[in-house]
Amino acid sequence: MTAVEAQPEVKEIGRDRRRKEDARLITGRTRWTDNISLNGMLHLAMVRSPFAHARITTVDTRAAEESPGVVGVFTGEDLADTQGACINAWAITTDQVTPAHTPLPIDRVAFAGETVAVVVARSAAEARDAAELVEVDYDELPAALDLKEAAEATPENGGALAHPDLGTNKSALWRFDSAEAGTGGNVDEAIAVARTDGIVLEREYRQQRLIPAFMEPRSVVVDPTGEQITVWSATQIPHILRFALAATTGVPESKIRVIAPDVGGGFGGKLQQTPEEMVAFAVARRLGKPVKYTETRSESLLSAHHGRDQWQKLTLAATKDGHVTGLKVELLADLGAYVALVGGGVPVLGAFMFNAIYKFPAYQFSCQTVLTNKTWTDAYRGAGRPEATYAVERLMDELAAELGKDPLEVRELNWIKHEEFPFTTVAGLEYDSGNYEAATARAKELFGYDDLRAEQRRRRDAGDTVQLGIGVSTFTEMCGLAPSRVLGQLNYGAGGWEAASVRMLPTGKVEVITGASAHGQGHETAFSQIVADRLGVPFEDVEILHGDTQVVPRGMDTYGSRSLVVGGEALVRAADKVLEKAKPIAAHLLEASVDDIEFSNGRFGVRGTDQGIALTEIATASFAAHNLPDGVEPGIDADATYDPVNFNFPHGTHLCAMEVDTETGETRMRKYTCVDDIGVIINPLIVSGQVHGGLVQGIAQALWEEAVYDEAGTLVSGSFADYLLPTAADTISFDIDHTTSPATSNTLGTKGVGEAGTIASTPAVVNAVVDAVRHLGVDDIRMPCTPERVWNAINRAGSGGGTVGAAAPHFDESTGMSGNVDRTTGGNEA
Amino acid sequence: MTRINLTVDGMKVSDDVEPRMLLVQYLREKLGKTGTVIGCDTSNCGACTVHLDGQSVKSCNVLAVQADGSAVTTIEGLAGKDGTLHPVQEAFRECHGLQCGFCTPGMIMQSVDLLNNNPHPSEQEIREGLEGNLCRCTGYHNIVRAVQYASGHLAAAATPTGAAEEVTPA
Repeated sequence: MTAVEAQPEVKEIGRDRRRKEDARLITGRTRWTDNISLNGMLHLAMVRSPFAHARITTVDTRAAEESPGVVGVFTGEDLADTQGACINAWAITTDQVTPAHTPLPIDRVAFAGETVAVVVARSAAEARDAAELVEVDYDELPAALDLKEAAEATPENGGALAHPDLGTNKSALWRFDSAEAGTGGNVDEAIAVARTDGIVLEREYRQQRLIPAFMEPRSVVVDPTGEQITVWSATQIPHILRFALAATTGVPESKIRVIAPDVGGGFGGKLQQTPEEMVAFAVARRLGKPVKYTETRSESLLSAHHGRDQWQKLTLAATKDGHVTGLKVELLADLGAYVALVGGGVPVLGAFMFNAIYKFPAYQFSCQTVLTNKTWTDAYRGAGRPEATYAVERLMDELAAELGKDPLEVRELNWIKHEEFPFTTVAGLEYDSGNYEAATARAKELFGYDDLRAEQRRRRDAGDTVQLGIGVSTFTEMCGLAPSRVLGQLNYGAGGWEAASVRMLPTGKVEVITGASAHGQGHETAFSQIVADRLGVPFEDVEILHGDTQVVPRGMDTYGSRSLVVGGEALVRAADKVLEKAKPIAAHLLEASVDDIEFSNGRFGVRGTDQGIALTEIATASFAAHNLPDGVEPGIDADATYDPVNFNFPHGTHLCAMEVDTETGETRMRKYTCVDDIGVIINPLIVSGQVHGGLVQGIAQALWEEAVYDEAGTLVSGSFADYLLPTAADTISFDIDHTTSPATSNTLGTKGVGEAGTIASTPAVVNAVVDAVRHLGVDDIRMPCTPERVWNAINRAGSGGGTVGAAAPHFDESTGMSGNVDRTTGGNEA
Repeated sequence: MTRINLTVDGMKVSDDVEPRMLLVQYLREKLGKTGTVIGCDTSNCGACTVHLDGQSVKSCNVLAVQADGSAVTTIEGLAGKDGTLHPVQEAFRECHGLQCGFCTPGMIMQSVDLLNNNPHPSEQEIREGLEGNLCRCTGYHNIVRAVQYASGHLAAAATPTGAAEEVTPA
């Protein structure tokens, strides 16, 4: 107990702390799952189907079993009783058609790359050699590959069915109608009015299939030699994986420990319970030996879940002066061969976001999810919200073109004004805070909007062969997944809370346990900053523990930009409980009334005196427990579980300038500026990284990436030589800034940032490319906007094919798309 | 099996290896040098980049037997023996040039090689020099800043009177 010294207030929040994580990562002292090696460990290799859809007639494993070093070869039949199942946690409708997903299928494969058998050997090389020797005979079946055709297929019309026993490829139809929900008007009426006295835009956009392509290939190690079975996995979701392992194999949950050690990126791609994890678990149990499976990059691209893959049919009604009166959205979403963990829930997450930042009076959304014989799809950075944002932000540019107005002007006409918050949207969400005017004004200034528009006009007038286009995207998203009550209403299988514990160690150090599971986000640093401020302890004295179900008994893991806004709030509440528990002890030790005790800068003081005691001293006193108030138990550790009351709504204005060579179709990014309002920022350096990385993933969808299948259902973009991940040479430096409207739904006023860049950037880039060549008659270019597609769009327009923003329906074309449509896409979906 | 003798991160090693064994497999599986990682199987990602006799190579693209008689430096041997970080390592931390950290060993080793060959690269030269290394987290922005920062600090270290090119992390 010492006199309170005047100390500068500890202010960690807002500081650009260098990351705690980095010391290990920059020196190679890493613990990726594939780095783990245990005594007696065996290695697995998967035998995968080369066919998109086939019956398995025989599996001959004899040659493989005799191969050097091989311990065993197992088929689906061999593991039938123990392999469990891959679960779908979100049946989006009560009548959703959901095929059974057996990790190693027994009689039929439903996509090229599906696991058929597993080889176990002393080394990974021996396992792979032997996998080549497994002879599988297949009878090929017709494969459902094209999304639109698959949606129409029935047993009667002879269309290919992804799962013939189900009798349909249609999995679920999810609908929302603002008139029915009482959140807005009737969209069909709005469209009818606009057809006679207004503007109707009808467009169809393609969200191409993408591959998350995290840098660390998935890997799993299972050690069954202890009383508990320990699973290390390169996963975003150790807690959910543990639940799924237990629920589907019958092994008691208390006998399973899942650890996500260092995890090398996820972006939603590791938000999955995978067949490979289930197979490794089953084999380890069967053999009683530790096993490891690490996929190759080709296997990863082929069989780890993909993302996006939608057709979006959109009808927007507006008045002649540009006020939007209604938006109707009809989606087809490709689930791939199985309904994955979140599965059809991904497009449903977009359902609430098509109205974006706007005051649309009427809105209708329907989404038909469809099974095909392709790799299953699930969350990929943004998950449903990039698709929605793309559609609405492309439409707002189209509306501006139709009106001959500046795209920002049309947006401003329709967006929610800052004084109108909190605002209940036509989709039924309550946006708590935001200031679209402020973010847009700052973005325009930083971008040099007016100057670039002037340059654009000059180059257009001069007939430059390289034209300049400016693209706008004013986005918002719902993140911080999610209020459990809402998830329950949506029929999701779990809650959306997060748990945290703060342990005050007797030496004065602080251990913090979080149910969020980082894989590159910097939780150890940002969470340390939060706790350091809250408890008034040094940043260095806080240790963040995560990603191990034995250390972190409860958690909902990391996805949906939830770690800070949900997990961080749980931390704040746990820390506050520590202070509540410490306060009576402080009063007792200071011989003062609890009412006179105040806490600041890590110390409890007695009001009006200079007496005080540090929180860390109370931790020590409470550990010794020699002198505690009557009835107070030793220890001031505390737990908290926080269930968010609302989603969280970051927003921002993104501006992109693209140069397009009208002779070659080549595009070049000239400038990209974004101003994101993500509320109060904990660590600006980490935020900048999240924004930059998010931007490039969204830009990559616009310009480069696409998972392409051939007509047989084989993934032809199955390696990094074929799937075009951008390099440093393809990208530019970005101008980013922030405005701040604190969130009102959490103590710190924070908003999510992990997905923002990806959600916002794709339409900004495509809008810019289209803007550069719109005067040539182009009103759409399908993503990715490759030089070939851009060139084709320009040249078809040049030959008279362009129709800009006509108010007549034009969904009867072969592609269903308006204007100039590229028909040279990969695979059979053109 | 073929006998190879080489130096890895300053340690002399001698092993029998299968002729088909890749250098990266040798480093990881035989020597436990798991700081060097495997990110792809087509030599596109560069995560496995190490230095072979002072030049950067993708260690998935070199057979272990080809390294016979050579000196290999991995990310684990880059810092000084006393633990002093190499300026490029320090720069990656300072400029937040990494997030998940999986590409980082290769990215750092390639950046060191880039700066060895061109101590004062322009932004475009940095971007082109790192073209063989993929990162999915950072969008490359802060990696470029890190290389610029390291370039400035290496220059300052080399010529104590010369002012370092100031690059602030953003």
